[in-house]
Amino acid sequence: MNSSISVILKKYESKSRDSLIPILQEVQETEGYLSKDALVEIGKDLNLPVSKIYGVATFYNQFRFQPKGKYHILVCRGTACHVKGSEKLLETICRNLDLKPGMTTKDRMFSIDTVACLGACGLSPVICINGEFVAKVTPKKALKILDELKEKESENARV
Amino acid sequence: MPVNIEINNISVKVPKCDTILSAAKKAGIKIPTLCHLEGLLPSGACRICVVELEGSLNLVPACSTAVRDGMKVKTHTARTLDARRTIVELLLNNHPDDCNYCLKNNYCELQKLAYELNVRTRSASHSVRHMNLDCSSPSLLRDPNKCILCGRCVRICEEIQGVSAIDFIKRGSSSQISPAFEEGMNLSSCVYCGQCVKACPTGALIEKDHVQRVIEALNNPKAYLVVQHAPAVSVSLAEDFGFKPGVDVNGIMVAALRRIGFKKVFDTSFSADLTIMEEGSELIDRIKNNGVLPMITSCSPGWIKFIEQFYPELLPHVSSCKSPQQMLGAVIKSYFAEKQGLKPEQIFSVSIMPCTAKKFESDRTEMQRDSVPDIDAVLTTRELGQIIKIFGIDMKSLKPETADTPFGTRSSAGKIFGTTGGVMEAAIRSVHFLITGKEMENPVIPELRGLQPIKRAKVKIGELDVGVGVAHGLANARVLLDELKAGSSDMHFIEIMTCPGGCINGGGQPYSLDLEAVKARMKALYKIDASDSLNKSHMNEEVGRLYREFLGSPLGEKSHELLHTHYHKREVLK
Repeated sequence: MNSSISVILKKYESKSRDSLIPILQEVQETEGYLSKDALVEIGKDLNLPVSKIYGVATFYNQFRFQPKGKYHILVCRGTACHVKGSEKLLETICRNLDLKPGMTTKDRMFSIDTVACLGACGLSPVICINGEFVAKVTPKKALKILDELKEKESENARV
Repeated sequence: MPVNIEINNISVKVPKCDTILSAAKKAGIKIPTLCHLEGLLPSGACRICVVELEGSLNLVPACSTAVRDGMKVKTHTARTLDARRTIVELLLNNHPDDCNYCLKNNYCELQKLAYELNVRTRSASHSVRHMNLDCSSPSLLRDPNKCILCGRCVRICEEIQGVSAIDFIKRGSSSQISPAFEEGMNLSSCVYCGQCVKACPTGALIEKDHVQRVIEALNNPKAYLVVQHAPAVSVSLAEDFGFKPGVDVNGIMVAALRRIGFKKVFDTSFSADLTIMEEGSELIDRIKNNGVLPMITSCSPGWIKFIEQFYPELLPHVSSCKSPQQMLGAVIKSYFAEKQGLKPEQIFSVSIMPCTAKKFESDRTEMQRDSVPDIDAVLTTRELGQIIKIFGIDMKSLKPETADTPFGTRSSAGKIFGTTGGVMEAAIRSVHFLITGKEMENPVIPELRGLQPIKRAKVKIGELDVGVGVAHGLANARVLLDELKAGSSDMHFIEIMTCPGGCINGGGQPYSLDLEAVKARMKALYKIDASDSLNKSHMNEEVGRLYREFLGSPLGEKSHELLHTHYHKREVLK
């Protein structure tokens, strides 16, 4: 049993299905994502079938099922960013990394998620890498950023 | 207190607990439904049943709107028909256009609705999805492209079976029904009962095809084909040929199986009798020698998978007897093979079962000897219907024939294995004889008959008060198992059948959710029992001969090797 999860589960002693979403949120906060093992464990504890827990978790965009990469990229899909071409931008990043939103590269370097609105419409189209906002990102600019990050990592690996 | 409502200007008096849907049914008005399941709480998901209600601006769903006194409802106005047609048109827009290749062709509720609502063209250029089929289960096939998200499978699996192997995942246009983590059904807690297959209105859930295997074997001149048919098949097969539910076509089915090309036709009710001899003896042995009690039946393979995954700690309670299908499979490829001078692998052994989980059971490694499976193919009642049609056999012109020796005679106790309570009743009749040496005066135990979720009885056998319990539908089984775990069970013997009603309502039976059909099949089995003088398993002469010539005695060494098995804890996503 994963100890950090059992610590969280202990806090919710009522063991009612109402606690499911808060538990999922807290587990994701500590673990960075919802692993299979975590969901199975939560199911056992709340006496809920894991199919139901997976159903609830996949209903909400906030939950992810793969660990975040070293560089976690949020692409804003709000109205302003959409008008400024964030769809194309997302497609470019996904194709470059061979990922879909919610997924992580095999080397755990990059992960992508989409967000309904980052609240920085003036900077649209905007992305956010590890909490840092990058403004007015064209597909070309995005590819440059990705190349730089990859370059940096391969240099790190050489050292 | 009844209430008065008006449906299509017809006044009807209905109980207060009715919905508009059930009230309309009583008034002879059929409102179409898709997501509705008789006996379960309404979900109101599909909106096919919308009606106009006076005083209400919007259309209301008939399935989930309770009647109120003075209510005025119109069920088939232009507006309701238009709404229903739109729903079906939208469902068809991303539905595959492959009805001709679909197993559910002619049985599909969506197809039927499209006809009834006169949907003649696609309303929009179609956007058929391309999701992967789930072929991982030995019993079932899941095609998410054909799913219309009515949720009937999810509710049956959760509410009736207490399994919850599948649920809705994701949302909006990405919604799907899937096992946890989008894994295959083989990793899920699915028990392969096939109740979802019967509940599915389209071809999104169907059984794994064994028809092709059987046809290939029929064309193989080197294969010696034998077939066995389960007790519940003869009282349901006829429905596929236009007869009303509950008509017993046992003899005609035997004749049809011979016409198809099976060299020997055996009756699984024979091995049900054999099961009773073994299981009854095992019960007596447990009672006399302080064995684990209560003993629980082991005939239903969905139930076996259920206990292996959900209650492995209770496995010592389960009888070590194989199911009748596997017992007969084992003696066909041993005793019968020897008699005929055949090697086990020369025989192709087919069973006709009302069940999809039997396909899984026959696949279990415990059910083969020296890598030769005891059963080579399992056809559902529906698949048998299809094969009869493939071979152009006219059921109506056939004369009844009898099954073959040495496994063709059955007692009616073996026959009632097909209904909930039947195994228990059959077992008590023989246990009574084995313990007291006397026959029961009245072999009928009324408390064990009928469709009540859980049935309990105390039966006096000699000096002993035997406590027995019967559950059908695995959610009901959970009740008895939880009692057992809590130590509050005072029973000696428990019968559990996976499907609600037992095999007569098995996942391999004709597509129908009509409870009346299940009752008619049950009645047919009990009618056979009432009119048969050979009504106890230990009176079956062929079973006696099998013991004399081959097996020795119940629970003997040979029986142990061929007729008994073991179960193990099973790790699944649950």
